[in-house]
Amino acid sequence: MGHIVLLGMNHKSAPVEIREQLAVACKSAVNPLHMLPHLKHVDELVFLSTCNRVEFLYTCANLKLGTDEIKGLLRAHMGLSASTPLDSYLYVYEDLGAVQHLFQVASSLDSMVLGEPQILGQLKDAYRDSVEFRTVKTILNRLLHKAFSVAKRVRTETCIGSCAVSVSYAAVELARKIFGELQDKKVLLIGAGEMAELAAGHFMAQGVRHMTVANRTLERAIELAKRFRAETVSFDSFLDAMMNVDIVLSSTGAQEPVICYDDVRTRMRKRRNKPLFFIDIAVPRDIDPKVNEIDNVYVYDIDDLQGVIDLNREERRKQAQLAQHIIDEETIKFKTWLNSLNAVPTIVAIREKAEIIRKNELRKTFSQLPNLGEREREAIEVLTGAMIKKLLHDPILFLKKKAQRGTQPLFMDFTQQLFNLQEDGDSDSAMNCDGSDNGDDEDNFLQTLKK
Amino acid sequence: MEAVFFVVATICYLIATVGYLVYLFRDQASIHIFSWSIMLIGALFHTGAIIFRSASLGQLALTTGQEALSLFAWVFVVTYLIVQSRLQLRILGSFVSPLAVIFMLSSEIMPTQLMPKSEFLKSGWVILHVGSLFLANALFALAFSLGIMYLLQERYIKHKSFGFLYPRLPSLKTLDSIAHHCLITGFPLMTAGLVTGFAYAALVWHSPWNWDPKEILSLATWVVYAVLVHERLAVGRGRRAAWLAVFGFTAILLTFLGANLILKGHHSISGKI
Repeated sequence: MGHIVLLGMNHKSAPVEIREQLAVACKSAVNPLHMLPHLKHVDELVFLSTCNRVEFLYTCANLKLGTDEIKGLLRAHMGLSASTPLDSYLYVYEDLGAVQHLFQVASSLDSMVLGEPQILGQLKDAYRDSVEFRTVKTILNRLLHKAFSVAKRVRTETCIGSCAVSVSYAAVELARKIFGELQDKKVLLIGAGEMAELAAGHFMAQGVRHMTVANRTLERAIELAKRFRAETVSFDSFLDAMMNVDIVLSSTGAQEPVICYDDVRTRMRKRRNKPLFFIDIAVPRDIDPKVNEIDNVYVYDIDDLQGVIDLNREERRKQAQLAQHIIDEETIKFKTWLNSLNAVPTIVAIREKAEIIRKNELRKTFSQLPNLGEREREAIEVLTGAMIKKLLHDPILFLKKKAQRGTQPLFMDFTQQLFNLQEDGDSDSAMNCDGSDNGDDEDNFLQTLKK
Repeated sequence: MEAVFFVVATICYLIATVGYLVYLFRDQASIHIFSWSIMLIGALFHTGAIIFRSASLGQLALTTGQEALSLFAWVFVVTYLIVQSRLQLRILGSFVSPLAVIFMLSSEIMPTQLMPKSEFLKSGWVILHVGSLFLANALFALAFSLGIMYLLQERYIKHKSFGFLYPRLPSLKTLDSIAHHCLITGFPLMTAGLVTGFAYAALVWHSPWNWDPKEILSLATWVVYAVLVHERLAVGRGRRAAWLAVFGFTAILLTFLGANLILKGHHSISGKI
């Protein structure tokens, strides 16, 4: 029985210089999976690469040899020379540790932004690649599917993904709670600081199509307007531009508030009280806090947004604990499955199943033939016992022989499916989480047979 | 028979309410589907109860305050079930189902004394009058629930203190626009209900206006809703509109309870006709 190993680095283990090289490698089109045929000690391989992490998940019979090969592969992929020290940036998880880590990655517990949703998609892409390169077989195939279903469980049973943890996200989330869909909403940018640009980018990403920029220096305003396909208005007339926008993002360098209570109050009437959402990310503040007292006007300054974030962080931490519990539970389930891939439990299970069937059938037959004597009964018992023994003799011999080879898990798993030895129904749910990949087990099996 | 049906319906609404309260804390579609279905079953029993009652009376079961409130609760629940199935705003159930239970239970404490049998109440005019008014009031009750949800959510956002309901409640825009539709549909219905009432009064009492307390109160609530609709159409939506929706429905409840419990007149069971 081989090992499952996960080797990689992420934002926690590697400094930014190393991760920069990752980012470069991340963009290269060459997938290290095509090297698998050259690796003698690695059996199955999945390669996950995002700009904050790179991970190799593989199975091997010999831990040290396999890991050395993968380290070489990592160096080659990142374009590092053999002399660059790498080990201190890497983490290596073995067996259940690897399973648990993968589940954490899939559920976004290991991400820089806890609970961010992209990682699961990236992992699915990585899996798709390895299916394409034919580098996953029984164990990793099952493990990846399991990881997807664990991530799904974490997402539905905890609300780890639903709390914003950056200023821009928090602003977008609040805007959603006020306006619902943001597609037809209009955003006014007052001042063109970097933070405002970042936040505006987020609003763009959320579907906002209509933006207006007002800045003291027109050049910068035009530059920004080009980026967001926005209009520009002169800085002096932004108060009038406020008349027909929904969201105002303010970040001027002014020392005094640029928007006062009366400026807004008089204009709210003309706006027919349509809600107006001010996001003030300037320090010192651009918007008089009293503006928040006006009906249907909501003012959030940077501290308020930070407050939302802190609240969400706290909530996420709580949710992360719940998620960790789910992951531990699923890791144990996976361990049970992994253990069943050994030859001995499989053989025992086949024998037990046959024996149960034999006993049941005998009972039925005997109850229908009450006149049988003691000798006849004994003869029938011996007969059926011998039949089963002889019938199972060859398959069991075959399994024992296969137990010495690297393909053992494949045959054990297939045998279990053939004899329907797993009754927990767990395998189906794991397989169904990504419908398109259902036929892979059979594919891999046939492929191995051809070899 | 109808008493049994009525009790079963009330119990169903009660279970649905408990389900919806659980749904407030646990965001699971199955809880919503369960509660919605129980509410539907309750509504079916309730329908049965009203049909049996009406059949035994030989006219629409509106002869006592109890029957009237029960009929209103039925219209309300059915309106909710339809709106819910069209909108998929699940959390609404948590705010609507308790109201249904309150209507059902308080109909129990309403006077059960029969109105003197009157040919006037058998007319189709009455069904038109009562039907459109009840439907209007059911829509206003929905707007009331939505108004409370709006005010809650608005408070969270305005005061920047996010209670546990904040993530569960939809956006202000959603709440406001559904309430808007309820009011815009309800107001013409209410107007039609009042007009048919006056027309019928003119027909049978030869005078459309009899200074009946309920007439006065009804006209007052109509004015409240007229102001509300004007507010929405001319001045704009938002917090004030939500407050008015809550205030308006409270006024309706007072009208109904007042007319049936305290004041006397030809709408009241103790009044002379």
